[in-house]
Amino acid sequence: MSGAARRRLLVLLAPLLWMAVFFVAPFAIVLSIAFTEAAEGLPPYAPLLRWADGALVLQLNFVNLALLFEDSYYLDAYLLSLRVAAISALCCLLVGYPMALAIARAPERWRVPLLLLVILPFWTSFLLRITAWIGILQDQGWLNGLLLSLGLIEAPLHLLYTEFAMYLGITYCYLPFMVLPLYASLVKQDPALIDAAADLGAPPWRSFLTITLPLSLPGMIAGFLLVFIPAVGEFVIPELLGGPGAQLIGRVLWTEFFQNRDWPLASALASILLLALVLPIALFQWRFVKDGQR
Amino acid sequence: MSLAAARPGSAEPWRDPDVEPFLRIEGLTRRFGDFIALDRVDLSIWRGEFFALLGGSGSGKSTLLRCLAGLIEPDAGRILLDGQDMAQVPPYRRPVNMMFQSYALFPHMDVARNIGFGLRQEGAPRAVIRDRVAEMLALVRMEGLGARRPDELSGGQRARVALARALAKRPKLLLLDEPLSALDKNLREATQFELVNIQERTGTTFIIVTHDQEEAMTMATRLAVMDRGTLAQVGTPGEVYEFPNSRFTAEFLGTANILEGVVEALTPGGARIGSSEYDFDILSEGEPPKPVGSRVFVAVRPERMRILRAGADAAFGDNRVVGRVRDIAYFGDFFLYYVVLEGGKELRVSQPNLRRITGRPVDWDDIVTVSWPAEASVVLPE
Amino acid sequence: MRRLGRLALPLGLGFAFLYLPILLMVLFSFNDSRMVTSFTGFSTRWYAALWKNDALTGALFLSLRIAAISATMATILGVLAGFALARFGRFRGRPLFAAVMAAPLVMPEVITGLSLLLLFVAMEQSFGFPAGRGASTIAIAHATFGAAYVAVVVQARLSELDASLEEAAMDLGARPWAVFFQVTLPLAAPAVGAGWLLAFTLSLDDLVVASFVSGPGASTLPMVVFSAVRLGLTPELYALATLLVAAVALALGLAWWLLRPRRA
Repeated sequence: MSGAARRRLLVLLAPLLWMAVFFVAPFAIVLSIAFTEAAEGLPPYAPLLRWADGALVLQLNFVNLALLFEDSYYLDAYLLSLRVAAISALCCLLVGYPMALAIARAPERWRVPLLLLVILPFWTSFLLRITAWIGILQDQGWLNGLLLSLGLIEAPLHLLYTEFAMYLGITYCYLPFMVLPLYASLVKQDPALIDAAADLGAPPWRSFLTITLPLSLPGMIAGFLLVFIPAVGEFVIPELLGGPGAQLIGRVLWTEFFQNRDWPLASALASILLLALVLPIALFQWRFVKDGQR
Repeated sequence: MSLAAARPGSAEPWRDPDVEPFLRIEGLTRRFGDFIALDRVDLSIWRGEFFALLGGSGSGKSTLLRCLAGLIEPDAGRILLDGQDMAQVPPYRRPVNMMFQSYALFPHMDVARNIGFGLRQEGAPRAVIRDRVAEMLALVRMEGLGARRPDELSGGQRARVALARALAKRPKLLLLDEPLSALDKNLREATQFELVNIQERTGTTFIIVTHDQEEAMTMATRLAVMDRGTLAQVGTPGEVYEFPNSRFTAEFLGTANILEGVVEALTPGGARIGSSEYDFDILSEGEPPKPVGSRVFVAVRPERMRILRAGADAAFGDNRVVGRVRDIAYFGDFFLYYVVLEGGKELRVSQPNLRRITGRPVDWDDIVTVSWPAEASVVLPE
Repeated sequence: MRRLGRLALPLGLGFAFLYLPILLMVLFSFNDSRMVTSFTGFSTRWYAALWKNDALTGALFLSLRIAAISATMATILGVLAGFALARFGRFRGRPLFAAVMAAPLVMPEVITGLSLLLLFVAMEQSFGFPAGRGASTIAIAHATFGAAYVAVVVQARLSELDASLEEAAMDLGARPWAVFFQVTLPLAAPAVGAGWLLAFTLSLDDLVVASFVSGPGASTLPMVVFSAVRLGLTPELYALATLLVAAVALALGLAWWLLRPRRA
C-alpha cells in the first residue's frame, strides 16, 4: 500500500470504527431484539439464540411485529405522528420561508448576524423553551391573561394539551432547521435573475412565483425533511404540550420501554419506524441530492 | 516584441546537440476518466530557459504543470529532472516550486512567514531563514512589508509574495500557473518585465502556463502550443509565429488567413499553389513541405498583406487578388479589413493607422487589390 | 433596508415568535410570587433557591462534564471524518461513509437512544464492558451524534477553502501531517470551534438519548428539569433558563470579541 493510501486509511479508521460500533451495530441489535420474547429479568427479553439439545436454536418471535399491525393503537400512533410531523413541517415552511428570503435579500453584512439570531435560541435549553410555552398556553397562562385583560375573550381558552400546542411547539423548536437550508438555497440565487425578470415585464409577485420559488425547491425539500423526520419520532413536545391524547409513536415507544418494560415491543416499534419511514426518506433524499448535483 | 529575444548574449542551448536538456519529459500520459488530459507528451527543456506552455482551457497545460510539481501522478511516462527520475518523489521532496494561480498565500501567516514556510519545513536555522526572507523581499521589491498579512496586500503585491515564496528554497525549477491572470492589463505588463528580470538574475529555469498568447510571446525563450493533450508545436516565439506548422497554431497564435490549394509546380526559389476555389495561384518562397500534386493549406498573416483601392498604381508583392471591402474594424492603432473575393472567400487584412498620410482611405464596398510577398505565404506542413 | 421592503414584517414577526417566550421567562424569573403568570414584584429569591437545589446543581455539573468530554471526542472524530469527506475525492465506499456520518442528523432520538442502550446491554453481557451505565455511556452516545454535526460543519468549511493552499504547502516541502497541522487545521479552526460548541450544546440539551442510556445515579440536567416540569412550573426553572441564556449570550459575546476581524 502506498504512503498516501495508508494515511487515508489511518484518518478514516477512527470515525469508521466508531460509527460502525456505536451507530450501525446498534440497529442490527434493535432488529434482532424485535424478534425476541419479553421475559422477566435483565435484560427483559429471552435470548434469540440458545443451546437446546446440543444444537444452536434460533427462535424467531413474530408476536411483536404482528401486534403492531393488529392493534390499531400502534397504527393510529404512526398515522398521528406522520400527520403532526407533516403539518408542523409545513408550518415551519410558512414561517421560515419569508424569514429566509428576507435574510438572503438583506445587505450582505447583516446576513450573518441575522442568521445567528435565528440560531441563537437553539443554543439555549430546548426543554426550558418548551417550558416557556407551557407558561404561555396554560389556562391561567400569559396569553389567556393578555386576551382576558384586553377583553377579547370572556373565559380562558383551552390551548395547552391540544394538537395546536404541539404544532406550535414543533414549529418553534425546529424553525432553524428550516430557515438554514432555505437561506442557503436562496442566497445562491443570482439577484440578476429577478432584475432580468423585472426587465422582461414580470411584477415582483410573478418573478417570485416563477423564479425564486421553483429555484428554491431543493432548499424547501431539504428543510421539510430536516423538520419532518425528527418530528415523527419526537417525544418531549407531545409529552409536555400534547396532553394525554397525543400518543405519537415516539411517546408510545417511550411508554413501552420505560413503563411497560417491554423491550422487544419497543424494538419492533423502532424497527418499523426505521424501515418504513427513515430509510425510504433517506434513500429518496440521497437520490434527490445526487440527481441535483448532476 | 520579445523580451527574451532582446537579452544580451542569450544562448540557444536547444540548438546545441552537446548540451543535455535539464528537464526531460517522455511519453507523459494522464487520463481523467474518459478524458485524455495528456497524450504521450515528449518535451525537453534546458537550464535557464523561460519556457511557456500555451493553450486553451482543457488543452492539458495545467495538468502537465501539476505533473511536474507532483500534485498529479501521470498514468504513464517519465519525468527526468537534472538526470533524476521524479516518479517516486512526492511533491514535498521535489526541488520544484510553484507559483499558484490563486497565489495560495496562507491567510493565517504574515508575508515573512509565508516566504519562510518552505525553509521552515526543511528545519533551516532561524538566522538563515531570516536572511533569505529579507533577500527575497528585496528581490521582489517588497522590503519592509514582511509583517503584513496577505489580505492587506494589493493584487500585484500578492503576486510578488507568491513569487518570493516559491523562489525562497532556490528550486531547480519554478512553475508558474497563470501567474498574472488576476492582474489588470497595465500591472500585468509591468509584472511581465519584472518576472523576466528576476528569472535572469536568479538563473532559475521557469515554466509558465498561460492562455494569453501575448504573455507567452513576450516572456518566453521558447514556447509550446498545446492542443487536446498534445504539443502542437514547440519553438521560439518567432519560429512559431512566423512558421506555424499547422492550422491550429497558425490560428491560435495571432490571426491568419488560411487558403487551401494544391502544389502545382516548383518555381525558382519557391512553389506555385493553385486552387479551383480561387481564380489565382498562390506563390510561396522556399521548398514546400509537401511534394507537387499534394493538397496543402497556406497561412498568410493579415499584417503581411497590403490593401489598395483597385486602379491605384503601386502594385506590391508577388500575390495579388481583387475583392470588395465588406467590413472595416477600427482598433485605434490599426484597421482590420474584411475583403470578400470573387469566389466568396473572405480575407482579413490589417493596415497600420496611417489615415493622415495617405489619400482617401479604403472605404466600405470599395473594390480593392490585396497583395503580399511570396515569403509571407507559409505552406503548412500539416 | 429598502430592498427588504415587505419582507421586514414577517422577519420581525418571526424573531418575535422566537424571542418572546424567552423574554417572558427572563422577566418572570425575577417575579416575587410563586405564581408563574402574574408579575407581583421584583425579587431574586428564585436564584437563591436554585443555588440551594442540590439535585439541580449536581445535575448541571454532571451535564457540563459529559458535554465537555463528549464534545471533545465528537470533535476529534468529526474533524477526521469531515477532512476525509472533503479531501479524499471519490474513494471506494465514500457514499456509504457519507451516509453513515450524516444519518445521526435526522435519526429520531428515541431510535438512537433505544439502539445504543441495547448495544450497551449486549456489550456488557458479552464482555463486561461498559460495566453498568451512567456518565460514560451518555458521553459515548453524545459523542456519536455530535461527531455527525462536527463532520458536517468541518466538511463545509474545508470544501470552501482553496485546495491550492494545501497544495502550496506540500509544494513547499511540508509533509502530509505538517500540511494538516500547519495549514488545514488552523484555517478550519473557526469551524472546528463552532463544531465543538454545537456538540457541547447538543449534549447539554439532550433528554431522550440520555434517559435511555443512563443508569441509576446519573441524572443529567435535562432529566432533572424534565421531571420537575412534569410536576409543574416553578419560577426556579425560569431562573435556570435565564442563567443559561445569560451564559450563552456571554459565550457568544466572548467568541465575537475573540474572532473579531483584526485589521491594521
